[in-house]
Amino acid sequence: MSTTDYLLHLADNAVVLGQRNAEWCGHGPVIEEDIAMANVSLDLIGQARLLYQEAAGRIGRGATEDSLAYFRDVPDFRNYTLLELPHHAALVGYAKTDLDYGTTIVRNFLYSALMVLLWDGLQHSKDTQLAAIAAKSLKEASYHLRHSRDWLIRLGDGTEESHARVQAALEHLMPYTAEFWTSTPVEAEVAAGGVGVDVAALKPQWDRLVDDALAEATLVRPAEPGGHVTSGKTGVHSEHLGFLLAEMQSLARAHPGATW
Amino acid sequence: MAVVTPVDPVAAAWAALESVADPEIPVVSLRELGILRDIRRVADGIEVVITPTYSGCPAMGQIEDDVRSTLESHGLRATVVTQLAPAWTTDWMSDPAKAKLRAYGIAPPQRRCTGAQGGSENVLRFVREAAGVVSCPRCGSARTVETSRFGSTACKALYKCLDCLEPFDYFKPY
Repeated sequence: MSTTDYLLHLADNAVVLGQRNAEWCGHGPVIEEDIAMANVSLDLIGQARLLYQEAAGRIGRGATEDSLAYFRDVPDFRNYTLLELPHHAALVGYAKTDLDYGTTIVRNFLYSALMVLLWDGLQHSKDTQLAAIAAKSLKEASYHLRHSRDWLIRLGDGTEESHARVQAALEHLMPYTAEFWTSTPVEAEVAAGGVGVDVAALKPQWDRLVDDALAEATLVRPAEPGGHVTSGKTGVHSEHLGFLLAEMQSLARAHPGATW
Repeated sequence: MAVVTPVDPVAAAWAALESVADPEIPVVSLRELGILRDIRRVADGIEVVITPTYSGCPAMGQIEDDVRSTLESHGLRATVVTQLAPAWTTDWMSDPAKAKLRAYGIAPPQRRCTGAQGGSENVLRFVREAAGVVSCPRCGSARTVETSRFGSTACKALYKCLDCLEPFDYFKPY
């Protein structure tokens, strides 16, 4: 059962960030980035589909990728809280608009830097289906990392305003990454069984990826937060996930089984 | 009396599917792109194995339908299965396929992907990208520049030629 729960955690991460990034579709700062974000979302939603299909097969009882994505509620989702946050910090200062590309880039960078390491480990999972999905997703995550890292450097080492905005985004989002390193009972169980990986062991490599990029971007890494650690991956979420799911799930719930 | 030659359904399916092109890039076949992985005999007919290029490739549904309907029109009953491992790579693309892409206006992938990654301790391998010259499919110039890492489909990036100024798609090495 814990492997299924773990598949759902990975799938929820992908679908929630995929849905968030898709909010840029038609609103990108430049057309190339509009297309980029739609492509990143396509990859993430593709990963989520593979993982949900795999989980649905194991759950049985009529579960499908759609029932898992559209008919579970906030407490059922197991994604990192970081991924459900809107594309802005508090609506003051530099984050004056509700779509701040600096926030989007910083989040994609922090998450992609984790996922290249996690998928890299998971491609050796004892669960052959998960290993196959991981090997596929690793290629996509590497590309997302290169894209977000490029922009992090471009904005960080850019103008006074772009620098200040990504620095503010970094200060806002970095505390949420503490959730990456706390192991849930599900994560601990799959790691012990050789299905998952020990997430805490990935931190030194993640730190190197992050520090290396921040140095090039002339950004300052915020001090280790040490305060509250968010717990989206155990189902306790911020207030933002409900709004995101409402938008994502409303059509499927209003017209169950609809096709076009 | 006519002599009926027994036809190997697997060979017949390979022959029939040779005409099935990628829905987005109609000049190359599914086999040439490496999407069509295998055709094998199973208890109740034949099984066709396909693999997605990218996880979210929206053409997969269309590809599955195209494969099934082509085989049906040849009187072949087949099930289509999707297989993820080994993960698709542009390394599987044949040289004739690359030439067809170029003639169609899409620069083919310029480098191999497998074996390009370093040791498992080197995290920088995730961000490094081997440099390779992407030559313009229109004029052949090597003076080109990446406009965007993402293009019209998941598998392509946008480039521009600095000599003839042609904007073009580049099939990403993957």
